[in-house]
Amino acid sequence: MAAPLSVEVEFGGGAELLFDGVKKHQVTLPGQEEPWDIRSLLVWIKKNLLKERPELFIQGDSVRPGILVLVNDADWELLGELDYQLQDQDSVLFISTLHGG
Amino acid sequence: CEMSEEYRESAPKGPPPPRLGTGDQKCVKCKEGLPVVVIRAGDAFCRDCFKALYVHKFRAMLGKSRLIFPGEKVLLAWSGGPSSSSMVWQVLEGLSRDSAKRLRFVPGVVYIDEGAACGQSPEDRARTLAEVKLALQTTGFPWHAVALEEVFSLPPSALRCSAQEAAGTEGAYKAAVDSFLQQQHALGTNGVERQSQHCAQDPQSPTGPPTTAQTQALSRLFDSVKTLTAKEELLQTLRTHLILHVARNHGYSKVMTGDSCTRLAIKLMTSLALGRGAFLAWDTGFSDERHGDVVVVRPMREHTLKEVAFYNRLFAVPSICTPALDTKAPEKASIHRLMEAFILRLQAQFPSTVSTVYRTSEKLVKAPRAGCAAGPRCLLCMCTLDVDTADSATAFGAQTSHLPQMQTPVTQARAAAGPCCCAGMGGAPGCCKREDPRAQVMEQLCYGCRVNMKDLPSLELLPPYILSEAQLRSQRATAEQEIREYLLGDSEDEAGTGES
Repeated sequence: MAAPLSVEVEFGGGAELLFDGVKKHQVTLPGQEEPWDIRSLLVWIKKNLLKERPELFIQGDSVRPGILVLVNDADWELLGELDYQLQDQDSVLFISTLHGG
Repeated sequence: CEMSEEYRESAPKGPPPPRLGTGDQKCVKCKEGLPVVVIRAGDAFCRDCFKALYVHKFRAMLGKSRLIFPGEKVLLAWSGGPSSSSMVWQVLEGLSRDSAKRLRFVPGVVYIDEGAACGQSPEDRARTLAEVKLALQTTGFPWHAVALEEVFSLPPSALRCSAQEAAGTEGAYKAAVDSFLQQQHALGTNGVERQSQHCAQDPQSPTGPPTTAQTQALSRLFDSVKTLTAKEELLQTLRTHLILHVARNHGYSKVMTGDSCTRLAIKLMTSLALGRGAFLAWDTGFSDERHGDVVVVRPMREHTLKEVAFYNRLFAVPSICTPALDTKAPEKASIHRLMEAFILRLQAQFPSTVSTVYRTSEKLVKAPRAGCAAGPRCLLCMCTLDVDTADSATAFGAQTSHLPQMQTPVTQARAAAGPCCCAGMGGAPGCCKREDPRAQVMEQLCYGCRVNMKDLPSLELLPPYILSEAQLRSQRATAEQEIREYLLGDSEDEAGTGES
């Protein structure tokens, strides 16, 4: 059983428009059986933060191509992408590089 | 940990390190720093090496092209978005460097407020504009914030391609550099100071807010366009005309745009789909000389959007997010949108997609079809016309054949005016105007622009400068044709009399 985590989720490059224009979200992820990774964080975001048009942010079980993911200001490709296990106080940033956000 | 480091150093060209959960991975460049970004299919760079690479690419792009002369006035086209913001930032940094590495051109910034075309409320526009002006002021460069509505007061001459400047040869570039250095030397440090003062001195005040009538006319125009694809193209066309007009009015001979490598790859594929294949080299190349006196340059074309986004994040480059035409639009809303999704999805699976497409654009040579080099230009995109009556047997010809052909405006006009005016047949409106204004515009467009204009049901909503230039050109073509027929008739007569 993983303990609850407190993480900062941030959106930029226009991605925030799908989240009521709010860029920074301080969120608490509840404790659960499996450890929290980016894959499960995305599911949680879709359920709890995403306000509209989920297909413009999430495709399949990952982010839409063209949206960059940074964990603590580092490329998630260095950290195992969807499999990165979140730590307490991590900051996760999603930047859209798509035209029009 | 140390062991693995040694191993990697001894075999620098080995296979890429495993990508999953590698906390001990090092920067591929300095082999020391903690990597923060993966670029070029698997190369991990640390913060400092990434910055060095990014800056180098920008300067190398300008340096190797030898296109920007020292002391030349260059207009930076800034939309507020990440790439153009990064470009302005690079120029700012380049100008603050020590003298040997200092960029030597004189920049200004132009911002086009497209709020009316994108359906922004007046309050949102005012808020964005205030933010934009603040950002522009902090650059210290002369700046021009222009509303897109200004296209309604452009003169028809905005569409004329001025005489080509003497091509910037190697020799000319060297001479310009030498004379610039001499000048700098003579002025000493004073000159540098004066130059920077001059930069900060006269921020061009924007030419008042647009009138309500103009804003309404612009929204009416964009609302009338039937597809998002055509809207995007129209916006791009009008924006380019306006930027060039600003450049000419203020004596800038180069315009720099922030097109990134990712955007250019998408643009290449989009242009192909839009029937602009003939102009790919101009639409996506490093320099675009189609406008003659003002050359458009794309110094960010080696940077991917990922690199831009990381650089802006890591080095706190400010950018302003303004909603575009396609904000929140579904993936299949326009050809632009669809092509973007296509390329990016492919890129996610095959990381060389963007660079492969982009390299293709680099190899394209700017050579108009034989015999067309000096021919008429497209009214809207200013490219040498690619329509040809000889193509009438192809699908391409079939699509354009119902339009009056460029080559025969007189016969067309006569055929239209003849029966209509003499016999009063049909009583078509405007039968005495010689020609239908729609046909008048259409016949002066390239294939891509023609297809695009099909989605504009009423061309009368276009800004007046386009319509009057179309009329002017069409009248000129008619006159030329008449003169040619007269001369031809003459010489035939002469030939006839000579023979007998």
